[in-house]
Amino acid sequence: MFWNREMEKIRSDELADLQLKRLKWSLAQAQKVGLYQRKLKDAGVSPDEIRTLDDVEKLPFTYKKELQAGYPFGLFAVPLKEIVRIHTTSGTTGKPTVVGYTRQDLDNWSELIARNMTMIGLSEDDVFQNAVNYGLFTGGLGFHYGAEKIGMTVIPSATGNTRRQIEMIDDFGVTAIHCTPSYALHLAEVAESMGKTLDTLQTGIFGAEPWSESMRVELERRLGVKAYDSYGLSEMYGPGVAFECPERDGLHIWHDCYLVEIIDPKTGERLAPGERGELVITPLVKSALPLVRYRTGDVTRLMDDVCACGRGQKIERITGRSDDMMVIRGINVFPSQIEHVLRALPEVGEQFIVYIDRVKHLDEMTIEVEMSRAGFSGELQDLARMQKKISGELHNTLGLRTAVKLVEPGTLPRFEGKAKRVVDRRGAI
Amino acid sequence: MEKSYIVKQISIFSENRPGRLAAIAGALRDAGINILAFSIAEADGFGVVRALVDRPEDAYRTLTDLGFRVSFTDVIGVKMRDEPGGLSDIASILGDAGINIEYAYAYSGKDAAVLILRVDQVEDAVRQILARGGELLKASLSR
Repeated sequence: MFWNREMEKIRSDELADLQLKRLKWSLAQAQKVGLYQRKLKDAGVSPDEIRTLDDVEKLPFTYKKELQAGYPFGLFAVPLKEIVRIHTTSGTTGKPTVVGYTRQDLDNWSELIARNMTMIGLSEDDVFQNAVNYGLFTGGLGFHYGAEKIGMTVIPSATGNTRRQIEMIDDFGVTAIHCTPSYALHLAEVAESMGKTLDTLQTGIFGAEPWSESMRVELERRLGVKAYDSYGLSEMYGPGVAFECPERDGLHIWHDCYLVEIIDPKTGERLAPGERGELVITPLVKSALPLVRYRTGDVTRLMDDVCACGRGQKIERITGRSDDMMVIRGINVFPSQIEHVLRALPEVGEQFIVYIDRVKHLDEMTIEVEMSRAGFSGELQDLARMQKKISGELHNTLGLRTAVKLVEPGTLPRFEGKAKRVVDRRGAI
Repeated sequence: MEKSYIVKQISIFSENRPGRLAAIAGALRDAGINILAFSIAEADGFGVVRALVDRPEDAYRTLTDLGFRVSFTDVIGVKMRDEPGGLSDIASILGDAGINIEYAYAYSGKDAAVLILRVDQVEDAVRQILARGGELLKASLSR
């Protein structure tokens, strides 16, 4: 099934024309932003020199930290009155990355979600439970409006209260669910313990964190769904950038909206077709927050295979990161962010270590803190208060709950070379 | 005058795992410091070892040099009759005066039982106890 057959099956020559036209528009949009005026000037390239799609290589990359430096609205290409929605995503330190949307942006985004969901056979006949965070995280509202656009019956269940989520699936006859793969596994486990078989459920859309083929097998067996991988990032609207079709062999990335390059993350050189490297995207239809050759940090490759579904070139499922970003409970976290929070707290001593574990399929973050000299008053309740403060500050910045363990000075490992203060002990899922 | 009854307790941060008390006690032994009374308060994964010692300043320095987090806390030591009603007498004095006990521990020594008290208004507590005929440890007695 197609939501927009004309665009989804566009001929490659027509696509190239459209991409070039949209690239020029996008660069003009970017020229309204100080950052890009400066970057293009520094790189000695003017937008008029971009005459072919390959000319995009002349343009400088844009990095996440540059978006952060423009906090909050410095990278918007339109006046605030034209911005109708704001989401945020994690920055690499302190401040989050702010993304804005014009009404046209929101329409574009819903259109892409509608394409994805229609592609896997969902329609107005489906009842859809959207079990992801509905706040500033793009996954909630992004899917919500796309699903409404195709007329699905949407249940904005958000996260938490797993037993209630399971009752809703049963009582409302839910046929399709969207959540993180680790939460899906948790759902399966709780459903099993409740003796629920979730017979109505047929489709599972899983995203926001990387997951393996063996996880797919397990989710399909335990939830009785067909499982699909969803890819996106807030900087590119959110989820919806690329999605698996029923072939489930790679993700269709929407080339009419995103110009894709695969580069060597070290040299910045473009890689030969089919080689695996960092995904770099120049969005082609974004009004509020145009981006030029944005470094996603995600590692993938462009696939040569012609897909039986008739849509365009696919990317392989994301196989890793070119930087140290971690995904915890579906939330992107940089070790530098955690350090930034802890360093700002006088109670926290020189040394700390953050452990990420997976307990009952859910990610848990534990931090061991050597307390500073100033941190110890001698009173037990002050220590408890300090634990609370540290986890509170981390929660404010990361949106994640943390268990704080206070340890004696001198007990944490010291590092001679580069300190490794964040230890991810989770296996692949 | 009240000040002379305010005793310096040392409070030591300790993780809740085997061998930690041994490490603290061993350090005090090596420095020749005698422990008069002590207790352990325990929370989530850690605790605070509280001790009255004969040379608090030396204990503070010794443990701090070894990397422990140590601080002084003002407490008072009240002598109790070592017979039924001894604790009740003292608790009543403080209760009547509206002074709150944050924590307490006790030891029963050769000549008397002693109740170590951490209260919210320490000087007031000293005054009330003396006024009602109670007997307090002198700060200097701990040395």
